[in-house]
Amino acid sequence: MAEIVIKNGFVIDPARKINGDVMDIAIRDDKIVEKVGSGAKEIDARGKVVMTGGVDIHAHVAGPKVNVGRLMRPEDKLFKSPNAQAPYRVESGFSIPSTFKTGYDYARMGYAFVMEAAMPPLHSPHVHEEIHDTPIIDQGALPVFANNWFVLEYLKNREIENTAAYTAWLLMATKGYGVKLVNPGGTAAWAWGLNCLTLNDPVPYFDITPAEIISGLIETNEYLGLPHSIHIHQNSLGTPGNYEITLDSFRLAEGVKANNRFSRDSVMHSTHVQFHSYGGDSWRNFESKAKEVMDYINGQKNITVDLGCVTLDETTTMTADGPFEHHLNQLNHLKWANTDVELETAAGVVPYVYDKDIKVCGIQWAIGLELGLYAKDPMRTFITTDHPNAGPFIRYPRIIKWLMSKKAREETLESMKYTDKVIDATDIHSLDTERTLYEIAQMTRAGPAKALGLSHIFGSLAPGMEANVVVYDLNFNDMPDDPEQIERAFLRSSNFIKSGDIVVKDGDIVSHGNKRTFWVNAKVKENPQVIRDIHEKFLKEYTVGLGNYTVWDCLAPNPYVIDIDVEA
Amino acid sequence: MALVTLKPYKEPELYLECNNISPDAFAGKTAAEISELEVREGKTRVLLGDYFEVSGKPGDTAEETDIHIAGDCSRIKYLGTKMTAGSIKVDGNADMYVGGWMKGGKIHITGNVHSFCGIAMEGGEIIVDGNAENYVGSAYRGDWRGMRGGTIRIRGNAGNDIGTFMLGGTIIIEKNAFIHVSTHAEGGCVIIKGDVEGRVGGQMVKGDIYVLGKIQYMLPGFKKIGTVEKDIDGVSASFNHYIGDLGERHPRSKGKDIYANLFVMAS
Repeated sequence: MAEIVIKNGFVIDPARKINGDVMDIAIRDDKIVEKVGSGAKEIDARGKVVMTGGVDIHAHVAGPKVNVGRLMRPEDKLFKSPNAQAPYRVESGFSIPSTFKTGYDYARMGYAFVMEAAMPPLHSPHVHEEIHDTPIIDQGALPVFANNWFVLEYLKNREIENTAAYTAWLLMATKGYGVKLVNPGGTAAWAWGLNCLTLNDPVPYFDITPAEIISGLIETNEYLGLPHSIHIHQNSLGTPGNYEITLDSFRLAEGVKANNRFSRDSVMHSTHVQFHSYGGDSWRNFESKAKEVMDYINGQKNITVDLGCVTLDETTTMTADGPFEHHLNQLNHLKWANTDVELETAAGVVPYVYDKDIKVCGIQWAIGLELGLYAKDPMRTFITTDHPNAGPFIRYPRIIKWLMSKKAREETLESMKYTDKVIDATDIHSLDTERTLYEIAQMTRAGPAKALGLSHIFGSLAPGMEANVVVYDLNFNDMPDDPEQIERAFLRSSNFIKSGDIVVKDGDIVSHGNKRTFWVNAKVKENPQVIRDIHEKFLKEYTVGLGNYTVWDCLAPNPYVIDIDVEA
Repeated sequence: MALVTLKPYKEPELYLECNNISPDAFAGKTAAEISELEVREGKTRVLLGDYFEVSGKPGDTAEETDIHIAGDCSRIKYLGTKMTAGSIKVDGNADMYVGGWMKGGKIHITGNVHSFCGIAMEGGEIIVDGNAENYVGSAYRGDWRGMRGGTIRIRGNAGNDIGTFMLGGTIIIEKNAFIHVSTHAEGGCVIIKGDVEGRVGGQMVKGDIYVLGKIQYMLPGFKKIGTVEKDIDGVSASFNHYIGDLGERHPRSKGKDIYANLFVMAS
C-alpha cells in the first residue's frame, strides 16, 4: 500500500469550489483519500499551486494520419530530437511528436487523460497500437461516424434504433469512446470530389443532408446514453463567413436534453470553434466573429466547446475533413497526403506555417483567444489547439499565459507585422479580461472531465477520485509579473503524480506510469437487421473480412471499460 | 586572424559527428577547452581531444577564427554546421554534411566530400577541390526550404540531386553531374560546366540552370525560346534558352508568367 501526501500547496479544485486554500492532498495507491498515515511519502508544495491532472478533450495523437504526418515530415524532427536520456526513450519531433515524446510532454505539463479525436474505424487497430505505445497518460479514441455508409443509410430513413445498434457495435468493435462527426456528409461527398459547405447540401448518392446527420446522431447518442455527447467538427471549417453555418449547427441542439448516468449536461461538443468563427467573404476582408459565436454558446446550457487556438507555429494539419486539406494545399502548395477509408471516412495531411507576420494568421490567433475570453462559463469552454492543426499541444501553457495576461497578449500582438489590421478585424486589443487559475482549472480539468462523462474519475481532487495530482511552481498569492513564468510553470510541473505513481519530478520524467485505454461498451437489444447489414456489407463492400476488423484485446492490454446497459 | 590547428591522430571506429568543429564553437576558448568539446561517435559521447591534437588559439569571435585540419576527415561528419563566420580548411577528404545550414564564412576541402555538402546553406562559401557525392546544396529530407544563399564550388564531379528545392545562392560544378538538378527549385543558380545525364529542372518553378556541356536526356517540360550570348563563370558562349518546367505551377508578375530558365551551351 503506497501512500503519498502533497503538503501545504495552494489547492485549486473548481469541482469542490476550492480556490487557493492551503491544504494537504492525500493519496493511497491510485486514489485520493481523506488522510494517510504518518509514514506516507511527503511532497512539499509550499508556495506552489496544486491541481488535479489535466484532461485534453481533443487532440490528434495516435493513428494513421498522425503517422502519415510523421512519415511525410522528417523535417519536423530536424534539430528537435535530443539524444536519449537513459533510462527513458528518445523523444523526437515537434508538431507530430513520437509516441514517447507525446506521453512525456503531456506528463510534464501535468495531463492525465487525452482523447484521440478522430479514429478511422477500419484503422482502429493502429490507433490502439499507438495509444499503447504512448506512456503514462490515459487515453480514449473517438471513432468517426458522420460519413459512414451504415449511418447515412439508416439516418436517411430516420432509423434511430438501428443507428444506435450499429453505433454500439462499432464502439465495441473499435474499442471507441464516443461519437465523432467530422464535416458531416462533406467527407463522404469528397469521394465524388465534392463537399457539403452548408447544412442543407445533399450528400451525393445518399441524398441526406448534414443537418439530418447531426440531428440523427445527437438523438442516437442520447438514446444510448453514452458518457460523452456527440463531438462535432462542423461543416465549412476554415472558410471566411462560416460562423453562420456554425450557429446553424448549434441550433440543432436546441431543446434536446442530455440522457445519461454520468452527470453530463451537454448534448453537443463543438470542437476547435476557432476554425468555425470566421466572418467576411474572402481572406481579404476576413474578420473575427468570436463574439457572435460565443454569445450564442453563453446563452445555451447544453453545448460545450473547445477553442482550437492558433499558436503561431509551423505545424502539420491533419483531419478526416478530406476536402478541406485539398483546399489548404491549393493555398500553400506544400506537401499533401490524401486517403479514402472505404465506407467510413477520408483524411488529409498538409504542413502549415502560421506566420505571425501574415494578417490572416494573426486574426486566427486572436479569434481563438477571444473565444476563451468571451466565454461566460469556463466549465463549458476548454483549452485545445486541435493538436496539431492549430498548433502543437505543448503550447497549452502559452495559451494559458495569453488567457491569463493581457500584457502577454499585447506583446504578441505588437510583434506582428500587421498589428493594426489584426486589431481592426478582431476585439483582442480591447479585451481586458484575464483568466484566473480557478478558471484555467475549469477549462483544462473539471470542465472537460464533465463533458466526457468522466467527472467521477478525473477533474477533481475530491477523495475517491483517481490520484492524479500536479504541482506547478506558481504562488497563488503572488503571481509573477512576468507572464513567461506562467508558461514555464505550466510547461514543466514541479511534480506530477499519475494514478498514484510519481511520474514527473522537477519537470523531468521519472517513471513510465501505468497507462490505460478507456472505451465504452454499450449493450443494446439484439438487432437482427443491423447484424445482417454488417455481415452483408463486409461480404460485399469491405476489403477486409469481419473477423479481421475488430480490435483484438491484446492491442489494448490495459483497458478501462465503461459498461452501459441500454435495455435497462 | 587567429589559427587553430587540429591534427587527427586516431581514426574513429565509426563516424564522428563533429557539429562542434566550427569557428563559432571554438571562438574565445583555449586549445585545452576545445579538446574537451563533446562530439559523438555513434551513440557514444567522446571528446574532440580523443581524436585530434589541438594547437593554436582561436580569436575572440568566430569572424577572427580560422581552423586548419591538418589531415584527412573521411570519417568526420557535420564539419562547420551552422557556422556564421571565420574559416575551415581541411587537407584531404571530408564526410557528409560539410557546411550544412551554414550562414557565413568559408570552408575549403582539398579532397573529396561525401553527400549533403552545403545542405540548406544560407550564406558563405564552400570550395571543394575534388568530387562531391549526392545532394550538393539540397534541402533537408522533406523540407521545402532549400539553399537560400552563398556559393558552393565543386572543382570535380558531383552526383545526383543538386540544389533540390533551392531558393537562392549559386552552385558551380566544374566537371560532370549525374541526375536531378534543381528539382522543385524556386530560385538560385546552378552552373554545370561539364555534362549532365538528365532530369535537369524537374518541377522547377523559378531560378536558373546553366549547362556548359551536354544534357543527355532533356526533360519534356522545357521549351526552347531562343539563343542568347552569356558570360558564365569565365566562359563566353552562345546558349540555347529553354523555359520550364511547363508541367509545374508558375507565379505571375506584372502580367507575365515567371518560368525557370535553362541555358544549354549551343554546339
